[in-house]
Amino acid sequence: MTDLQEFRAETRAWLEENCPKEMRQPMSEADVCWGGRNWVFQSKAQEQWLERMAARGWTVPTWPEAYGGAGLSGDEDRVLKEEMARISARPPLQSFGIWMLGPALLEFGSEEQKRHYLPQIARGEVRWCQGYSEPGAGSDLASLQTKGVDCGEYFEVSGQKIWTSYADKADWIFCLVRTEPEAAKHKGISFLLFDMTSPGVSTSPIQLISGSSPFCETFFDSVKVPKDQIVGERGTGWTIAKYLLTHEREMIGATDSALFGSDDLVEVARDALGVDDQGRLDDPILRGRIADFLIDEIAFDAELARAKSWIRAGKQLGAESATLKYTGTELNKRRQELIMAAGGLAALEWDFADAAGDEKASLWLRSKGNSIEGGTSEVMLSILSKAALELG
Amino acid sequence: MRLMSEEQTMIRDMAAGFLDEKAPVDALRKQRDSGGGYDRALMGEMADMGWFGMLLDEESGGVDMGAEAAGLVAEEMGRRLSASPFLSSGVMSAVVLRATGGADWAAKLASGEAVVAMAIDERVKHRPDAIATTAEKSGNGFVLNGAKRFVSDGAGADRVIVTAMTEDGLGLFLVDPGLEGVQSRALKTVDSRDAADLRFDNVQLDGAALLAMGDAAQEALDGALRVGRAVASAEMVGVSKEMAERTNAYLKERKQFGIALSNFQALQHRAADLYTQIQTTDAAVAAALRAIDEGSDDAELLSRVAKAKAGKTASLAVREALQMHGGIGMTDALDIGLFMKKARACAEYLGDGECHGDWLLRQRGL
Ligand SMILES: Cc1cc2nc3c(=O)[nH]c(=O)nc-3n(C[C@H](O)[C@H](O)[C@H](O)COP(=O)(O)OP(=O)(O)OC[C@H]3O[C@@H](n4cnc5c(N)ncnc54)[C@H](O)[C@@H]3O)c2cc1C
Repeated sequence: MTDLQEFRAETRAWLEENCPKEMRQPMSEADVCWGGRNWVFQSKAQEQWLERMAARGWTVPTWPEAYGGAGLSGDEDRVLKEEMARISARPPLQSFGIWMLGPALLEFGSEEQKRHYLPQIARGEVRWCQGYSEPGAGSDLASLQTKGVDCGEYFEVSGQKIWTSYADKADWIFCLVRTEPEAAKHKGISFLLFDMTSPGVSTSPIQLISGSSPFCETFFDSVKVPKDQIVGERGTGWTIAKYLLTHEREMIGATDSALFGSDDLVEVARDALGVDDQGRLDDPILRGRIADFLIDEIAFDAELARAKSWIRAGKQLGAESATLKYTGTELNKRRQELIMAAGGLAALEWDFADAAGDEKASLWLRSKGNSIEGGTSEVMLSILSKAALELG
Repeated sequence: MRLMSEEQTMIRDMAAGFLDEKAPVDALRKQRDSGGGYDRALMGEMADMGWFGMLLDEESGGVDMGAEAAGLVAEEMGRRLSASPFLSSGVMSAVVLRATGGADWAAKLASGEAVVAMAIDERVKHRPDAIATTAEKSGNGFVLNGAKRFVSDGAGADRVIVTAMTEDGLGLFLVDPGLEGVQSRALKTVDSRDAADLRFDNVQLDGAALLAMGDAAQEALDGALRVGRAVASAEMVGVSKEMAERTNAYLKERKQFGIALSNFQALQHRAADLYTQIQTTDAAVAAALRAIDEGSDDAELLSRVAKAKAGKTASLAVREALQMHGGIGMTDALDIGLFMKKARACAEYLGDGECHGDWLLRQRGL
């Protein structure tokens, strides 16, 4: 047996033994375990599953063991994911810490910072949010104005962020702050980490069209941030921010709604519309649109698989993350449009005041944000036309 | 079998170098102006490099390098619109002959001595299972009746593999187009390549003409279509990349309103969108070719998805190229029109997005 086969056999046995039955089912957005200081586990099984996986370093399998991971190779990580998928095991933990901050800290953090922050992320003890966008700085993120004044031992941070997802639930924030007001736009930004319970931080939720209120306005009024909570050098925040965004974009591009138990388009269409005497969907024009979509979706799956194999081989995706982000999010919007069309009148039954998040209408409405969050589709195309095509 | 990345680079570079010299777009233009088709001597040179034996084993004079290798060559052909019976003879017929033990003709096509075409379609849309052509048993042999349309490289072929219905189901026959009762009508097509309509009126075939019957025939045909689709898709990826690259170069060079066109965001975004489509298509085609070489269960699905997607993308690429070149894009002197014609033919041949989308939905119970 090769090492990898051996790893697979061990992994399979361990998962069989340790993954609670309740954690072997498709999940909806409401079933996600985000962790954090105030996290209330939805079940004993959810708690056990997180504890057991975290103890093995398998919430962040490829991170080094010293930082709470398991130091798995790319191939071992793939095997673990395959074995989890085999028994429909849910991810034990999801978080901005895992997807975004972690990779940035691994690249730019000091040794102390890595040893301090990363294991807390891996164990689901601290939940993070992302303080990038401001009312005046969206696509033009580098024009951000939240300021951090040097007060010797600490920076004093004042200003406002917006669209901060889960700011009201998060424990800490990774935040872009202008600390060098004299420097050029991109050179005056620092990447700060601070506790959301610090005096001077307040949040106010914003309701989305999909009913839920996952994101907030976030206000900073003279928040004291100790100097050792800066990642990298002063004024290098933009580089770190961009690096983190490539990971965010990969993640958004790779997340299909299946992660959140979205209905399968083919099933919805068959159940709602039925088939004719030839066994074809009883709506030939919608059938054509679905076929067209599925071709694109399967082709994109091949592209994602290729990108993942590149990542496993140690390649940084760079601008290619914009391709995945753009293609994946535009596809998901199309998928949700088609699910609504296939669901027809029945898909309209939905209560704004009591939306669970996994109804067709909720997912349809929420998907519209996919091509905005993490950088809009237009921004992705601009990045690609410059970085990949050298136009302009 | 799986090619290492150095092997891939080697095959690609070799193909690019050879085709740049011997079969660039201008060669197609000249061929068109002298009646279309392909240059048989050039085909011989391609065969000498092993291209027509990539899917054949060594006993049949092949080099057994697999679909991925054939795809690399096809992509370079697509970039230059290089004309040859590579897809019909070197890929699809080779796969049939390998599967059915037709070693002598396999060796001939591998060496470039002979061209073997595939006569599959009978309708204006690709429906390989809609076969009205019949082969009736008669003594040791068969009597062939029917008609095949748009046989790619059929006019200059030395043999044609014909699908026909027999008492025992599908039959594959290796037919000499010189036989009595075979009528071949060469067609002029939009892409200036070799194509023919064939009619068979009581054509007497001897027993040796039968390559396979029943399930074995179906399997051999399916195999050839599968590889054919993936390799044709690679050719379309070549067309798409070439068009996108030429267009981006033009945007940087052409000035209007005092600045290069590449400064206009409306054009940048269209170029970038096309780029993402080509990236996705490239990945899908590579996955299909690899699945074929690995004998994976997904090969059928992926080769159909690749064909459908590559057709859509090539169509987008040539349309965007023409529009973004403006008036000069409409001129025959510029090559875009030639690529557009190739993309149209290639998208249609072996099934378009509707054909494979329909298959996909049937698979999923819709
Ligand atoms: C669901 C969701 C979650 C989010 N979560 C977070 C979060 O956790 N933390 C965070 O910091 N931010 C978050 N955001 C904010 C997100 O990053 C911004 O909304 C996004 O970057 C766009 O900025 P904007 O909303 O100011 O739009 P604008 O930048 O004002 O853009 C408006 C429109 O103009 C277009 N546009 C802008 N500039 C150009 C240009 N140069 N060329 C062409 N078109 C252009 C845009 O593409 C868009 O269509 C989230 C957003 C959403 C929808």
